[in-house]
Amino acid sequence: MHPFTYVAPRTLDEAVAVLEQHGERARPFAGGTDVLVQLRGGRFDLDAIVDLKGVPEATSLDLNGSLRIGAAVPCYRIYEDSAVAAAFPGLIDAASLIGGIQIQSRASLGGNLCNASPSADGICPLIVHSTVAVVQGPQGERRVPVEEFCTAPGVNVLGRGELLVALEVPAPARGFGAAYQRFIPRNEMDIAVAGVASALTLSDDGATIASGRIALAAVGPTPLFAAKASAFLAGKPATPETFAEAGEIASTEATPIGDMRGTAEHRIELVKVLTRRTLAIALGRAQSNR
Amino acid sequence: MTQQETPVRKVPVACTLNGQQTEFLAAPYQSLLEALREVVGLTGTKEGCNDGNCGACTVSLDGRIVDSCLVLAAEVDGKSVDTIEGMAPPHGLHPLQQAFLEEAALQCGICTPGFLVAARALLEREPHPDEHRIRLWLAGNLCRCTGYDKIVRAVQSAADKTT
Repeated sequence: MHPFTYVAPRTLDEAVAVLEQHGERARPFAGGTDVLVQLRGGRFDLDAIVDLKGVPEATSLDLNGSLRIGAAVPCYRIYEDSAVAAAFPGLIDAASLIGGIQIQSRASLGGNLCNASPSADGICPLIVHSTVAVVQGPQGERRVPVEEFCTAPGVNVLGRGELLVALEVPAPARGFGAAYQRFIPRNEMDIAVAGVASALTLSDDGATIASGRIALAAVGPTPLFAAKASAFLAGKPATPETFAEAGEIASTEATPIGDMRGTAEHRIELVKVLTRRTLAIALGRAQSNR
Repeated sequence: MTQQETPVRKVPVACTLNGQQTEFLAAPYQSLLEALREVVGLTGTKEGCNDGNCGACTVSLDGRIVDSCLVLAAEVDGKSVDTIEGMAPPHGLHPLQQAFLEEAALQCGICTPGFLVAARALLEREPHPDEHRIRLWLAGNLCRCTGYDKIVRAVQSAADKTT
């Protein structure tokens, strides 16, 4: 492994300055659960690691109706915060199943997003919550919808000197519910063969879907926002038939490959099943949020 | 992983290690696991996969279990680290260690320090976890010898005895 220096800035400006100076030879660092493995695997070399855990904006978790998750906040802080867990069960679904306890002590949803793996468990739930990624760089701040953040496997929109500061999750509307599920052949500690996050908001009648969002993991080059299936949900009755049809539509938006984890055909079927199931869970949560 | 001597300057690390104030110099790219074993000389923490899958290198960092292969030594400056070496009282064994012996919850032993550190963290948080909870908590620790049942029984046994 190429030797690198360890930089622990105390401010965003310092972090941006170091990242800008080194360009692609430096990376922001939170839990290290991806970047250290990739460095050892020789995927890339770095001259500097920029630890964000001393930067307040990247380490705070603020719930005020909406939720602001610092990019370096580890998973356990999200699911162990009872107020956050009660308000955002769809995010907890992911935060509590990424890796094992040791990984959850370190890994962050921000890092999960920046790593830009197609199979990331954390990204699809953020997408269906209409989360915005707050990016800081040499030109100041910009905001990117999470579904536009990943551009290819392992590639994201961050440019030279830029880092992800935080994830801003809007306050759930009345009648909103969300859920995430993945399929793995084990019970835990595995990478999704396919995953689906679903969200829906019920109309005032409690029986009609006002709007919905569906996102798919491990069935395309990036986590995918299933635009057609999402649009289909609007105005439909919140019934198993609707959920099944949404799953069919979502499966047409998936572009999976076959690999050692599963065949493309298996993944297509999984999208249908997981869409149905996550919509049903989201409905239950939406009904208790009215 | 072996590291060549390099021009990158070493960084001083001052941490509380098993309750003792400890200072050492680490290369900035050195993992906590490497620093514990090769710099400090505490070889109880084991290297299994060195990529965060097996949990053999589990230590407690400020009260949370982590894979020390995925922590940089430089990060623990000012923090508290607890390893397997700090587990037993001066004379005797920790109840979990005793239970692992009595239940034959180990064979080759490479995974054992990680399991013990992880299981201790569970019992400190939840003194009476059920089997499902134990298995879930220990999912980040791999054992290729025991088939896990004996490990789960040992943790249950230790939990029962600390009532």
